[in-house]
Formats: sequence, structure tokens, C-alpha cells
Amino acid sequence: MKMTRIFVAALAALGLSGLAWAASSGQRAPEHHHWHNAGPFGTFDREAVQRGLQIYQEVCASCHSLDLIKFRNLGETGGPFESAEFPNANDNPIVMQIAAGYMIEDGPDDAGDMFERPGLPSDAFPSPFANPQQARGSNGGALPPDLSLIVKARSHGADYVRSLLLGYDEEVPEDVHVAAGQHYNPYFPGGLLAMASPLSEGIVTYSDGTEATMEQMSEDIVTFLTWAADPHMEARKQMGVMVLLYLFIFAILVYIAYRQIWANVKH
Amino acid sequence: MSGPSTYEPKTGFTRWMDQRLPIIRLGYDSFVDFPTPRNLNYWWTFGGILAIFLVIQIISGIVLAMHYVPHESMAFESLERIRRDVKFGWLIQSMHANGASFFFVAVYIHMFRGLYYGSYKAPREILWILGVVIYLLMMATGFMGYVLPWGQMSYWGAMVITNLIGALPFIGDAIREWLWGGFSVGQATLSRFFSLHYLLPFVIAAVVALHIWALHVPGNGNPVGIEPKSKKDTLPFHPFYTVKDGFAIIVYLIVFAAFVFFLPNVLGHADNFIPADPLSTPAHIVPEWYYLPFYAILRAITFDIGPIDAKLGGVIAMFGAILILFVLPWLDTSKVRSMRFRPVTRVFFILFVLACLGLGWCGAKNPDDLVFAIGHDAEGVATGFKFVWFAQLLTFYYFAYFLIVLPVMGLIEKPLDRPASIEAAVLGTAKA
Repeated sequence: MKMTRIFVAALAALGLSGLAWAASSGQRAPEHHHWHNAGPFGTFDREAVQRGLQIYQEVCASCHSLDLIKFRNLGETGGPFESAEFPNANDNPIVMQIAAGYMIEDGPDDAGDMFERPGLPSDAFPSPFANPQQARGSNGGALPPDLSLIVKARSHGADYVRSLLLGYDEEVPEDVHVAAGQHYNPYFPGGLLAMASPLSEGIVTYSDGTEATMEQMSEDIVTFLTWAADPHMEARKQMGVMVLLYLFIFAILVYIAYRQIWANVKH
Repeated sequence: MSGPSTYEPKTGFTRWMDQRLPIIRLGYDSFVDFPTPRNLNYWWTFGGILAIFLVIQIISGIVLAMHYVPHESMAFESLERIRRDVKFGWLIQSMHANGASFFFVAVYIHMFRGLYYGSYKAPREILWILGVVIYLLMMATGFMGYVLPWGQMSYWGAMVITNLIGALPFIGDAIREWLWGGFSVGQATLSRFFSLHYLLPFVIAAVVALHIWALHVPGNGNPVGIEPKSKKDTLPFHPFYTVKDGFAIIVYLIVFAAFVFFLPNVLGHADNFIPADPLSTPAHIVPEWYYLPFYAILRAITFDIGPIDAKLGGVIAMFGAILILFVLPWLDTSKVRSMRFRPVTRVFFILFVLACLGLGWCGAKNPDDLVFAIGHDAEGVATGFKFVWFAQLLTFYYFAYFLIVLPVMGLIEKPLDRPASIEAAVLGTAKA
């Protein structure tokens, strides 16, 4: 057991050294928040993911793409509109309705022309811009990153995105010069970014009647983006619990066999 | 230890087989009846753990290769498709990525075990050298595997490491272009890295077979470092060590599973979830954790040595840090295998392990960051002990351990009394 402890400690040390926050870049460490999906048994708060989806659709989607998410994902196991009634997410009426709310370019048709049609569950969320050049052109030269993986693509991603969304109120330090088209946010590397505060009190009216405070909206959109980055999180943790349970019992049995076999052997 | 075979075929089929291809005899002699010192501790279980992880990596890798697309504009998305849409793809991908880390944790423990108990000493020099060959192959395989997801760290890690080759005089540029298959890291690089990443594990498996062969000629070393002298010193491998290794493997798998299922991305880098962009360099390029000590040695050489400039000096030091292991059996002059009986060298060994961990820490940090602050300069910037100085100190110790400590201590150190035999050590009776 001594060996195991040393080993676990060594692993933890290695993990921590990899995670060490890049304090040297003048970036403030994100505020730690307790997430519903944290911990080995944490699950997604379905209502929060649904509200987050609404924020993505009504606010973020005007600049940020979500390339890796298909409408069907919303109704799949672990998704916000998962339903026992519709094991095939493509038949889920909520999913179909959300998809149909978008016009998707398809084609070419028999005449060789591209055409638009209502979205299907198999389509991905359409990108707000035709290409990165157009995205930069519309955003003062800055490219709004795709949000599918944003929570995984930043160190302590969920806390980081939440802190960033809530961090626009900070007073600008005297030695920081904010140029036109830039905004100060201490949680962003370097402190200046092109995105203005995307959220403001009551910018969305939640369909479930929840009050749209800054805190509430930040938590909801980050929960949605956490799901988008890792849609199989619940299945992963559930299987993990079973696998660990199995291995623990297996280890105990093998240990008993070991003690039995070595019982009369000096070593 | 590979004495005369004690295998006796009992059925008609096994007798028939034994006269044609005695493979059952080989298996029996190697893994059932194989005489193994009775005093092996848990540090000796990592060989079995490594074998299991080689198998896990190869099987999960073969499945991943069925879905992965080695193309610079599709590789990143194909990995996400594996994680999202392939049945249990998230599990196989997580096993493979974390499996690499656990493979390296086990190999480092295995190597430190060998260093502590003198496993490289006669008659096991070839066994040790084959192990170093496996380690080098693992480094190459791990590096190329990390490039395949084609994220930011994949791309820029590949750029940094391949650029090292360019530091070689005269031939450096040509070799680098040959590795790249062009004038930069690109599609040709990705294709060949994928091909080699698939090939090398099978080369590793072949060298592992040689490693086990070389192990089974002299037999296992053991914690007291005295060769078995009688039957009382050994036990048959099965069931004694199958059950002990089996227990250790399961415990190790429990830790592995905790990472695979609950911390799947902790050992990776967040930047690798950003697709590779040749036009945007990440703020800090760091390799995978298992290369960090060597990365620190590379960056520790910040000064020219005669005609050798700092960059080439760093590359020489980095490769030298691994290549020195090949001649270790002849650098250690002590006749005593186990550090248990070398009270002074033992302290140097513990410092060596700490130096390796410290180098890993330096490798993860910006060289100009401070280990600890002492004061402020005229402009109010904190001054103190920089990581690059710490890395230089540790690099010096790393080489001094092999080039000064082991050769000299073997000559001047007076070892403790050793037991007469393994049996005597186990029973705690008469000392020699």
C-alpha cells in the first residue's frame, strides 16, 4: 500500500504541474464555481443545459459557430432533450422543431443549383459566417472561436468562461490602454479582447420563467457548453463507477488468493 | 536460471506437438515452472504491468486507426467524431491517450527499480540495453502519437522537436526536411508519423520478446542482489508470481480507470483542443509530461561550449541523457548490485530520483520564471532563482550521477554485510 500511495502522490504532482495556471501572462485566475456536473457522480442539470441552448441561439450564435454539434445530439442520451419515448433522437419532436427553425444550404440539386431547406436533426448548427475571413471582417479583425470545445480548450475551461462572462465590470487599471474596438477583461490573456460583454441583465427571456440574471445566464451557457464539449460525460462516469466497483472486488479476490498461495512461503 | 526443462507432456496431443514444435514446453518453462527468486517485492511487478499496457495500447490503437483520418484538414475532426459518434469511441480514445501516460509512469518506475537494485549489472547488460532500446522506441512512438490529433500542441510540439534536428551541423537541415517530407510540418509529416506510429509498437513488441528472452537466461534479479544458489531460493513463477503480478496489475488498472473515466483530459493540454494553426503559436509550447525532464535538459544549455553553440549543446545534452543509459553497466564500478547494501550511494540515488522529478518541474515552467523570489530590481520586477538555473543545477547532477558518483563510489564505498543467500535473507539467519 505504501507503494500505491507514493505512486498516487507522484501522479498527482505530475498532474498539478501540468495544470499550473499561467500566472506570468498577467491573466487573473478564474473564480472557482461549483458545477452541478462536477465530481464523479455529477450529472448535467437538464434545465440549465436547455436554458444555455436558448442563450447560445439568441446571443452567442450571432458570432460564434458550434460546428461539432448536430441537432440530433440534443435528443441523444445525456443531451438536454433526451427522452425515453424517442430512443432515436431523429424522431424527437423537440429536436425536429429546433432543427426546422434553421435554414440549411443543401445541394446541388438536379439543375446544379444550391438551395435552402429547413434543418433536419442530422444537420449541424449552421455557422454564422461563410468563412473565417468573413468572420474576421465582421468582428474588427478578431476571429470568434468555435464554441463546441471551448470548455476543454481552455485551462479550467468552465470556470474560465464563466469568469470571463462576468468579468467585464472590472475597472480598467491605469496602465492599461483600451483601444477602440477593444474591451478590458482581467480574465482574458493580456486583459484586452474584441468581444464586448455579450450578456446583460434580461437579454433573454427564459421560456421556463427563470429570472435571467447575469449569474444565472453565465452558469446556464457554461453548462450548455460543457455538455457540448463532452456530450458523453454522464455515460462515462456511470461506466466508470461500475468499472471501479468491478476492479475493487476483483482486486480483493486476487489479494485473498495471493495471501492463500503465499501463506506458507517465507519471502 | 534457464536450467534443464522439467516439462513432461502428458497427453497424446502434447507429446505429438512436443516432438514437432515445442512451444508448449517453451511456455511452461518460461511462465509456469520458471524459477523466480522468492524475495521479489512489488517493484518487480511493473514488468508485467508494462506488458499489459503494451497490449492495451496496441488493441485500442488498432480500433482508433479504423476511424482516424490522417489528413491535416480532417484529423482533428475525425478525433472528435471518434469521441462523439463512434460507439464507445470516447472510451477507446481515453484509454489510448491516458494509456500512454500510464505506460510511461510504469516504465519510469521499472527503470528506477533497475537503477536501485543494480539490475543492469553482469550478467544482465544486454537485458538492460534492450530495455533502453524499448524506452527510446516508446519515446518516438509517444511523440508521433501526440502529433496525430493535430491540435495546437500536436503541431507546435512537432515543430519544436523536429527543429532540434536542424541544430546538427552540416546534415541537420537535410535530415529535418527529410523527416518533414517538405519545408515545414505539414500533410507529409502527418502521414508518415501516422504510418510510423502504427509500425513502431510492433517493433517494440519484438524487442520486448528479446527483452524477456534476455531476462530468462540469467533469471530475475532480486532485492538483495544475490543470485539464487539452491532450489530453496526460488519459487515457480506460477502460481506465486502470476497471482502477485496479477494483484499489482489490477491495482494499477484501478488508478488507470480513475483517470480514464473521471479525469480523461487532466494529463493532456487544453491547447490540443484547438485545431492546429500554423499562423498562431501558443504562448507556452510544452511537450507531454513524460518528456519534460529531457526538455528541461535541452533548455538548460544556454551557453556556447567552444565551437558548439547553445542549441546544439542542448540537443547533445538531451540525447546524451538517454544514451548514457546504454553504457551504464560499465560506468557503475561496484560489484554490489543492490543499493540496500550501499548506504552512501543510496543517498545519491534518492537525490537522483528527486533531480529527475525536479527536471520535470523545470520542463513544465518558463525558464525565466522564478523558483523563489529574493527581491526586486530597480524597476520593481521580482528577481530570484530562475528555473533555468535550477535546471542547469539538476542537469549537472543528472550527468554527475552517472559519470562521477557511480564510477567513484564503486571504488571507495565500503558496502554493508550481505546475506549468504536469498534464503538466508528471507529467514534472517547467518550473515556472510
